[in-house]
Parts: sequence; C-alpha cells; structure tokens
Amino acid sequence: MADPLLAPANKTPLLALRDVTLAFGPKIIQRDLSLDVRRGSIFAVMGGSGCGKSTVLKSMIGLLRPREGQFLIEGEDYWGGSEQRRTEIGRSRFGVLFQNAALWSAMTVGMNVALPMQMFTKLDDTTIRRLVMLKLGLVGMEHAVDLLPSELSGGMRKRAGLARALSLDPDILFFDEPSAGLDPITSSRLDDLILNLRDSLDATVVIVSHELPSLFAIADDGVFLDAQTKTAIAHGSPSALRDNCTDPQVRAFMQREHTSDSAAGKG
Amino acid sequence: MTSTVPDTTSPAWRLRLTNGRNVLALGGDWIAQSGHIPEFPDKGLLDNKQEGALAFDTGDLGRWDSGLIAFLWDVKRAAAVAGLPLDGSTLPESARKLLGLLPAEIGEPGLSRSRGFRPFNWLGGKTLGMFAEIGVVSELLATTVNGGLRAVVAKAMIRGVDLFDNVRAAGPSALIIVSVVNFLIGAILAFVGAVQLRRFAADIFVANLVGLALVREMAAVMTAIVMAGRTGGAYAARIATMRGNEEIDALEVVGIPISDYLILPSVLALVFTMPLLYLYGCLVGMLGGFVVSISMLNITSLGFLHQTLDAIPFDQFVFGFTKTIAFAIMIGLTSCRIGLQAGRSAADVGTAATRAVVIGIVGVIAMDAVFAVLADVVGI
Repeated sequence: MADPLLAPANKTPLLALRDVTLAFGPKIIQRDLSLDVRRGSIFAVMGGSGCGKSTVLKSMIGLLRPREGQFLIEGEDYWGGSEQRRTEIGRSRFGVLFQNAALWSAMTVGMNVALPMQMFTKLDDTTIRRLVMLKLGLVGMEHAVDLLPSELSGGMRKRAGLARALSLDPDILFFDEPSAGLDPITSSRLDDLILNLRDSLDATVVIVSHELPSLFAIADDGVFLDAQTKTAIAHGSPSALRDNCTDPQVRAFMQREHTSDSAAGKG
Repeated sequence: MTSTVPDTTSPAWRLRLTNGRNVLALGGDWIAQSGHIPEFPDKGLLDNKQEGALAFDTGDLGRWDSGLIAFLWDVKRAAAVAGLPLDGSTLPESARKLLGLLPAEIGEPGLSRSRGFRPFNWLGGKTLGMFAEIGVVSELLATTVNGGLRAVVAKAMIRGVDLFDNVRAAGPSALIIVSVVNFLIGAILAFVGAVQLRRFAADIFVANLVGLALVREMAAVMTAIVMAGRTGGAYAARIATMRGNEEIDALEVVGIPISDYLILPSVLALVFTMPLLYLYGCLVGMLGGFVVSISMLNITSLGFLHQTLDAIPFDQFVFGFTKTIAFAIMIGLTSCRIGLQAGRSAADVGTAATRAVVIGIVGVIAMDAVFAVLADVVGI
C-alpha cells in the first residue's frame, strides 16, 4: 500500500505505452499503440473480441515483450530493464487477476494467498495467517480459507483470485475480464469491490473488459482498440466515448447498436 | 524475527478512558513487514464497557500498511463482541475505508471435503467404493463389448479416424521402447541361464530357457507394463483433461455415447496393437538372448536357432497371445475409467495419470499370477 503521506502529486503518468507494436510471430496484434494511465484512475482497455485487449495486458504484466515501443512505469522503461528488475517491479507493485482467476488448484484458498508472502517476505507463519485472513476478509471470503478452488463458485473464485492479487500489497492492479462468466449481481458486487479497493488502497487499476455495464460503472479513463486498423481509435472514459465520440464504430459499440459497420469491425 | 524495514519504531496501543469514552491510542509504525504487529485480545473490550463509541487517537501514529488494518480488524471484531460501536473518524481515510470492507465477524468456516482423517470412515468408504468400482468397470466392459460387437456390424458410432489415430499412437510409436526393453530382457535371461547351465555342460538349453521364458511370461508382461505406463497414463490424462474442459459433458449432451466415441477406440487400439507388439517383443528378446549366447557360450548360431524352434510348442504362443489381449482390455478399461472419474483441476489430472499407471502395472502382474495358476490347472 502506498503511504498516503508520500504519494507525490506527479504529473508524469503512472503507466504509459509509447508506440508499442505487439505481435505473435508474423501476426501483428496491435501497432503504434500509445496510452497514458493516470495515478489512481481505473483505466479500461476496451474493444471487440479478438482486437488484442488481453495481449496489451500481457505486455504490461511482463508476459509478452513488445516488438517495438516502450512501456514506461513512472518514466522507467520496463522492457528495457533487466529481467531481475522486471520481476522485482512485478512482485512489489503488480497484482493480477486472471480471466479464470487461475488459482493454484492443488492448494487451499488460504495457501494461494499465502504463497507469495511465504516466498517473498520473511514474515512468520502467524503474521502470514493474519494477513491472509485480512486479504480474504477484504473480499468477503474469510470463511473459505480452507476450501480448495474446485469447491468454489465462479464468483467466489474471482474474489479469491483478487485476494491473491492483493497478497503483496500492490499499488497497480490488472484485471483481465473480471466480469466474464458472472451473473449481473455478482458482477456488480465485484465492480463495487474494485472501486472500494481502489479508493482505500490508493491503487491504480487497469481493466480489460467488454462488459458495458461494468465499464460504465467503474472506469474513468480508457482506450478503444480496433481489430481492423490494429491500433487505438479512441481515448477517454467509457461514458465520454458513448456520448461524444465521433467514430461511428466506437459509438455503436458503446451504445450497443448493431450496425453493419460495427459487425464487420468486431468480426 | 528481526525487522526487515529500517528506521521503524515498534507499534504500540493503549486503551484509556477520556471523558467517559473508550479511546484507543495508537503509536509507532505499523508495518506488516516488521513482523511484530500486536494482536488485540478478542475479549479486550468486554470488561470495561462504557457509554458511547470507541474512538481512536492517532496522534502518535507513524507509518502504516496492512499491519495496522489487521490490528484494527481485531478491534472491530472485539467491539462487535462487546456490542460497542466504533467511531473511526480520526483514523486515516483509507484505513477507515478498508476497515469498512471487513466484516465484523468471521463467517462460519467452510469445511473442505479433503480435510481431516477418520480411519473408520475412510476404510468403510474405500470398501464400499471398491465394490461400486467393480460394478462400474464391469458395466463399462459390458458397454464396450456391446459397442465392439455393434462396430463389427457397423452400427456403433466409432469413427475410423479415431481408431486409426489411437492405433498409431499405441502401436508403431511404441516400437522403440518395446524393442529396447525386450532385447535387454532376452539378454539378461541368457546371462542368468548361461552362468548356471554352463556348470552342467548344458549350454544349448539356454535357447530353451530364453525362448520359453519370453514367450510364456516376459515378453507379454514387459510389453504390458510398457503399454500401461505409456498408453494407459496418456488415456487417463487425456480423458481427465477432457472432463475438466467440459468436453465429456458436451459429448453427453449431444448424445454421443462416451463408450463408443472415447473408450472403444482406446481399448480396441490396445487390443489390436498389444498382441502384435508381444510377438515382436518375443522376436527381439530372442535376438537379445542369441547375441549373448553366441558371444559367451560354445553354441553355433544354427544350433541356437534349431534348439529354439524345437523348444517352444505353438500352444505357448497361444497362451502368451491370449494373456496379452486380456492385459490390453484391462489396461484400456481401467485407464479410461480412472480418467472419467477424475476431478476437474490440474492436480486431479496428475493424480489420474499416476493412478492409471500404478493400477495398470499392478493389475498386469496380478492377472499374470492368475493366468499362471490357470495354466497349471489346465496343464499348458
């Protein structure tokens, strides 16, 4: 958790992509992508299926090196640094909630949350147990500490994954499709939880999603990716894009209209 | 535990009474990394019940992180026990918000099915499970045989492509390992026999020993063990993964019988390939025995060949061949069954593969013992 007294009123964005090109082999996913994520914002990476949203997230959490361009964290070139430095940044600052929560299936929920602490801190078992209960308590899962992931429902698994992401007190949280596969009520509870955690942890959140209700509810900034032109076609918060964006494809997506244009674009 | 965070003062707390209200004074740095965050006693607020909410004095509070929240959660739960409201207005804002997210009492812990060891429950469950399992495997055998018969009259939903893929994976690609294992077994048998038989100047009977041992027992058992490890484990892992991905459910919903689509091709592939691998194993094993005999003993190659052909009656081949088919059916059925009943997680897939290999190997050896007794009774 960032110390509130030390939080600088910095003008440089916390995270920034600069002319990034992402590719798998010869297949270009996104090119010349630039974006700024302000400190404390909830930044949405939006777009239709197959436009490369999750790939962009992968390049930010260290799983895919961009072919060109830079990913800057407070001005520091993430991919330019050594692997050791990247691991260090990832461990101390990043918390990631994967699409299917990716809980380690052989361990109980409590052990899932405890493992990063056991590996990377020198805390004793009693303290770790207290902190594990605390993280699980924050997401309302303290009763499930001794359950196995296979014994949880989808929504519970997401919350347990969130508790694990919070394990090492990160200040940058990444969410890959947090509402995918959840019912509207569970999904909106998760949205509230994300908002609450952002406010109370002073965290910055990058969220990949195409779930409009949840985007409108939580995101205050964002970028819209296009699968056809393979780059960002609009920047701004989801509601601003819905109301003011001139690009017909973005408007159609945001207003959930079915036009032949957008259908081709989303294909 | 030494502090890993430099320049921290120890966290301290004190409960005091100010103007008839409980005030909890917090001081020092509350950093979880330092490892000595105090605990607030569960019943710490029961005995000094006062009117009004519990307030906080954070005048001396230094730096803090989740350590402070962990302590405040203790206080919140203790206050809930004592029926005392909290007044968090003097807490840092983000600490107050985090505290708000935490429940005032810990929910009833969920009991995991995998916890606790109760020997009688375990034994009873295992015993009942074993009987149920015998029933299920028998039923599986019946449906598979049924499917096999229908396949003969071309009415089963078995696809030639699946059968071909399975046969290719089980047969030709296993040739190298079957060769290596059987060649070495033949050579080892010849070594053992040579040392003993040379004492009686009965060198030539090494050919009998190697030939009979391979055809009756070793080639069949070694081939079956190799296949249980190689193909049985693969079947169990594949079917368990399919279960995890809901592919099995999808087959059931569409109405494709699992026995026809998955199990029959797997079992048939083994039934087709294992007897052939057995015959091939006999041949390679004899070659191993031949190489050792020729180089160690006073035997001509023609003599060895002649003695071998003389030593093995045809019904020994029939016996080994039949055994191999029985092994094939057993390995195919048990590994598919283990895959089908596996759980849906990654760990379950590993367990299923292990169980299939273990049960396959033990099963092969146990069945072989049964065959040995039967052969003795029948007089083969």
